[in-house]
Amino acid sequence: MNLAIRDIRHNFGRFALTTIGIGLLLMIVMGMGGIYRGLIREATLLVDRIGGDFWLVQGGTRGPFAELSRVPATLEDRARAVPGVASARRFVSHTIQREYRGRPLRMVVQGLAWPQDNGDWLPLIAGRPLSQAHCEMIADRSLGLPLGAQLKLGKDVYAVVGLTKGMVGTGGDGSCFFTVSDAMAIQFDQPGEAVRLERQARRARVEARDLGMVQPLLLDRAAGPGAGIPALAAPRVSAVLLTLSPGANAAAVAATCAAWPDVTVYSTQQQLKLLLAGMVDKARRQLGLFRVLLIIISTIIMALIIYTLTLDKIHDIAMLKLIGARNGVIIGLILQQALLMGALGFALAYWLGTFAFPRFPRQVVIEQRDLLVLAGIVVGISVLSSLLGLWKAMRVEPNKVLS
Amino acid sequence: MTSEALADMPAVETSGLTKVYGTGNTEVVAMKNVTLRVARGEVVALLGPSGAGKSTLLTAIGLVNPPTAGRVAIVGQPVLDGERALVDLRAFRRRHLGFVFQKANLIPFLTAAENVQIAMEINDMSPRAARHRTMELLGYLGVADRASHYPDALSGGQQQRVAVARALANHPGLILADEPTAALDSMRGRQVMELFRKVAHERGAAALVVTHDHRALDVFDRTYEMEDGQLR
Repeated sequence: MNLAIRDIRHNFGRFALTTIGIGLLLMIVMGMGGIYRGLIREATLLVDRIGGDFWLVQGGTRGPFAELSRVPATLEDRARAVPGVASARRFVSHTIQREYRGRPLRMVVQGLAWPQDNGDWLPLIAGRPLSQAHCEMIADRSLGLPLGAQLKLGKDVYAVVGLTKGMVGTGGDGSCFFTVSDAMAIQFDQPGEAVRLERQARRARVEARDLGMVQPLLLDRAAGPGAGIPALAAPRVSAVLLTLSPGANAAAVAATCAAWPDVTVYSTQQQLKLLLAGMVDKARRQLGLFRVLLIIISTIIMALIIYTLTLDKIHDIAMLKLIGARNGVIIGLILQQALLMGALGFALAYWLGTFAFPRFPRQVVIEQRDLLVLAGIVVGISVLSSLLGLWKAMRVEPNKVLS
Repeated sequence: MTSEALADMPAVETSGLTKVYGTGNTEVVAMKNVTLRVARGEVVALLGPSGAGKSTLLTAIGLVNPPTAGRVAIVGQPVLDGERALVDLRAFRRRHLGFVFQKANLIPFLTAAENVQIAMEINDMSPRAARHRTMELLGYLGVADRASHYPDALSGGQQQRVAVARALANHPGLILADEPTAALDSMRGRQVMELFRKVAHERGAAALVVTHDHRALDVFDRTYEMEDGQLR
């Protein structure tokens, strides 16, 4: 006869409410793990999906995911000339915040190296990849932009031609994919007045130099578009991505590029490692500590509940001892209830999570191995939390039944 | 020892049982040099005022409150020598003793039948055989129709009958009852006492019953009286 089940059957309401409470606590523990995994997935999503074998970033920096990285766009051409490099692509990524229909719209602008890259590798759920060099964009559905939506960014209006799912930046903001030139135009867009003031300032600086005085035509050039002034550098990109030819010697390519003093070379794996060790690490530790705290709290709460349930049964336990029940019968009564409470709480947490987690603003990724580890922890805390009750039960004397 | 030899053994035999609580100035002698013998099939009443030591004697024989000195033998087997246990007390209680108290002390989350069945299952009887014997016992005690009810749905008399069924579950050699009729009206109290007599006589178990109820003394084969921890 299973006493634990019979006790639960008789006090079902109390057991159910307690289990729901434990389940909600475990759902938070599960959610914390999911948020951590989501954080990693979001952080590494783009690097994973975009492909490429090497990242050329600004010399002495850790790359665009760790800090500001600026390399000349022409680095792409230089890299293409390295033996073993099949293709080189410019990489532009920056975050902007605009308004769309009265609500803030925060998005990560990603540049695709058009025409080689039109975004056909993106997980499209609607629409199509880019089909022209300008004024088209692919947006992640988390941004809430419908297909065909028109969005003014900088001086131009961009049409949403495709929708992706789950493409977010390292901060969890939805990504939008443009051609590199459009992404740069959005990044370096300035109001007309700012351009006018800059040109005026340039003219004033030239006027103040000997060169401007002896060559007045330079004044007109200085007051013109920046692109027309050879001395001004072209806008820079964040990084350049290299894809190696099949069978190419990766070490040799890396060594060649590493010899250039203005860039630093990272493999995709190194870039991922830097990404996780940098921006994700603190969040990971914070979530980890919070998880540990929640597990401790769950254990204490469960222990108190099991202890209280045991206290309620002290007289019955004394009676069982009086009629000769072995310790195993009494241990089974308490331990089975604790394990059942833990197991049902875990199942409830998982079930509730399937409804709650998809509604979170950032990804909550529940992985099989995390579930297994948490299940193990739940078994552990169930046993641990029943120790206090078991200790109390073992100390009960059978003559307690007489009192 | 053969079963016939065992049957001839007294259900319980004590010699020189003494129980002392506390030490020095706080020392209280609850029971002093108690020697008694109850034969199988005999129903014995233990009378006496409150604090006379009746319950102390009963719990000492019940192996839940060992005496400070003296010996206890149950169904011919020495079980206690002073505070020293000569057998596994819990296992011995399971096999040879049945308990009934003033309160029925039924486990509230088990039905009447389960309360009886559990006593047999913890004595390693198969669930099927235990269920069969449970229904037989409940029928014998006239509460078979309440088998599936929880204790809170039974009257005091019905609960006490279930408690008696539980006490009889493992064919005990000795039933110990501590004021089993105190919570019952006189008619039901008498019924319970007669039940002990019936069980003792028909099933060969001895019953040692602590009682204050002098109206049902005719039911008992013998009476002992305790006063100031001593048997008279």
